Amino acid sequence: MTLLNRVAGARPGTGGRLSRLLTIELVVFVLFALMPLLLGLVWSEDDSFFWIVFTTKVLILSLFGLSFDLAWGYAGLMSFGQALFFGGAGYVVAVMSRDLDVSSIFIVLPVAVAVGLVLATLLAAFLLTGSRTPSIIFVAFGTLTGSFAAERLARAWYYLGGQNGVSVTKALTIGDMPLYEGVGFYYLAFGFLVVVYIGCRFLVRSQFGLVLAGIREREERITFLGYQVQLTRAIIFALSGAIAGLGGGLYAFHEGFVWPALMGPIYSTQAMLYVMLGGVSTLIGAVIGVTAIEFATIILIDYLRDFWIIILGVLLLLVIMFRRTGLLGMIVSERERIGSFRWRGANGKPDSRGD
Amino acid sequence: MALLEVKGARKSYGKLIALDMVDLAVESQQFHGLIGPNGSGKSTLLKCIAGAEYPEEGTLSFLDKDISTTPPAIRARRGMSLKFQITSVFNLLSVYDNILLSIQAAHSLWQLAGSRSRQILHPQVMDILSEFRIESRADDLAGELSHGEQQWLEIAMALAPGPRLLLLDEPTAGMSPEERRVTGELLRPIKARCSILIVEHDLDFIKDLSDVITVLDQGRVLDNGTPEQIEASERVREVYVTRV
Repeated sequence: MTLLNRVAGARPGTGGRLSRLLTIELVVFVLFALMPLLLGLVWSEDDSFFWIVFTTKVLILSLFGLSFDLAWGYAGLMSFGQALFFGGAGYVVAVMSRDLDVSSIFIVLPVAVAVGLVLATLLAAFLLTGSRTPSIIFVAFGTLTGSFAAERLARAWYYLGGQNGVSVTKALTIGDMPLYEGVGFYYLAFGFLVVVYIGCRFLVRSQFGLVLAGIREREERITFLGYQVQLTRAIIFALSGAIAGLGGGLYAFHEGFVWPALMGPIYSTQAMLYVMLGGVSTLIGAVIGVTAIEFATIILIDYLRDFWIIILGVLLLLVIMFRRTGLLGMIVSERERIGSFRWRGANGKPDSRGD
Repeated sequence: MALLEVKGARKSYGKLIALDMVDLAVESQQFHGLIGPNGSGKSTLLKCIAGAEYPEEGTLSFLDKDISTTPPAIRARRGMSLKFQITSVFNLLSVYDNILLSIQAAHSLWQLAGSRSRQILHPQVMDILSEFRIESRADDLAGELSHGEQQWLEIAMALAPGPRLLLLDEPTAGMSPEERRVTGELLRPIKARCSILIVEHDLDFIKDLSDVITVLDQGRVLDNGTPEQIEASERVREVYVTRV
């Protein structure tokens, strides 16, 4: 547990106990790992299948939410165009599947990651490399414009299916084995989420993460320490684009089609809402936000129908107005969210200097 | 060749001329004081040297290279370190992490992503905390420190990367007399490690520390010399002492 606490950057003096944040993370991932089993115990086979398919979508969207949290929560870049990377990658793999007959996981997912990475890198180069420090509004509008333009392009371009989008009729394949909706796809998405999450966790708790924490608090000050702030931000933005691209690639094959709105401002806003509700700058907040919103929507929409979207909107507004740190902010302190970057020896204990 | 050389620096804000043809040279291992009344251009000059502002005319050279238009991050990487006038430590980070953040700036982002130097830098972080007498506060948030301790932390952050030139903008601002005395004690041994350009209001504080003092008045250099020469200067006495 000491290693886990170190990864989580637990506050000193917790005596080896799990930090709250790490406890929440473990609970969330253990629940997701056991979900197909639990669903099978509670529901009939058909109902269980429905919920497994639905939860797979939640896992994939969690990658999307995670990508936004990385950009906004850690690099301070208000990306109102995060869906561009998600939907853009989805479109590319959908077209590859349709026109080139390619559906191997070893080809389509690296391509999806590359598409997200390249699009985000290009956008970062455009938005972040000016002579002046870009403001939050500049970045927000710049990314929003990119997302909006991509959606309009997809709607108007016949090759991309226009308003109808592109169907993905082939299943994702691992070698010769097709991977259809269900338990197999669920654990594939879960595996990717775990790997990406751990990677992001190590990064934000690394010395690089300390730089990001410094940028968030005092951007001007950190420049005078010798850090290249915009380059650091661009790297995180590119990484967030790559993660969104991975999510988009998986989403296209899981849902079976892609459509213009997947690249547009509505989905971009959705990513923002996931993170705002769950808890910004926590990573796990993005996963919790996606889970809460998607499950609440599918459960309550049957009962509340047209009113649900209004209730959801008001709920989100209340959270943003009164609890800007999201749901997780009610449980986890700011200090724990940022973590400690101090070297604590091989055993995670203070060194012998009595400190 | 001086470590830092400013020649003919001019800077204005609208009609207000903050710096008017200012020349300044800081030699290696020199403790150089910069004094003057309010509005004399001390902080503007320091900002121009650090890269927070760019002079409209004149040249700045550091380690024999022209840095007139060099961004502040590059100046910092070349060995120039700044302590701001208004305390600007990272309040949400621990005292330890503030120092680590300043020391690790010389490392590549790739190294930082792998946390490869965290263990190596640990003794350096503890040494500098110990030197500035805040070792016991290492795990406290920087925002929880007293004003004086925050000033020391910020000086420690500026000194930690091992700069060639340390720029200190009013390091004793807002300190109690006892804290000022301790600050003097802390600054004295630093001269052996790097050059220091220090902006101060208080001539009494700076004269015991400085090798050379430059006096600014209304954006111009009024006088330049050893503390004894400056104390004896009629021009300085007339303009500086009577106005501050």
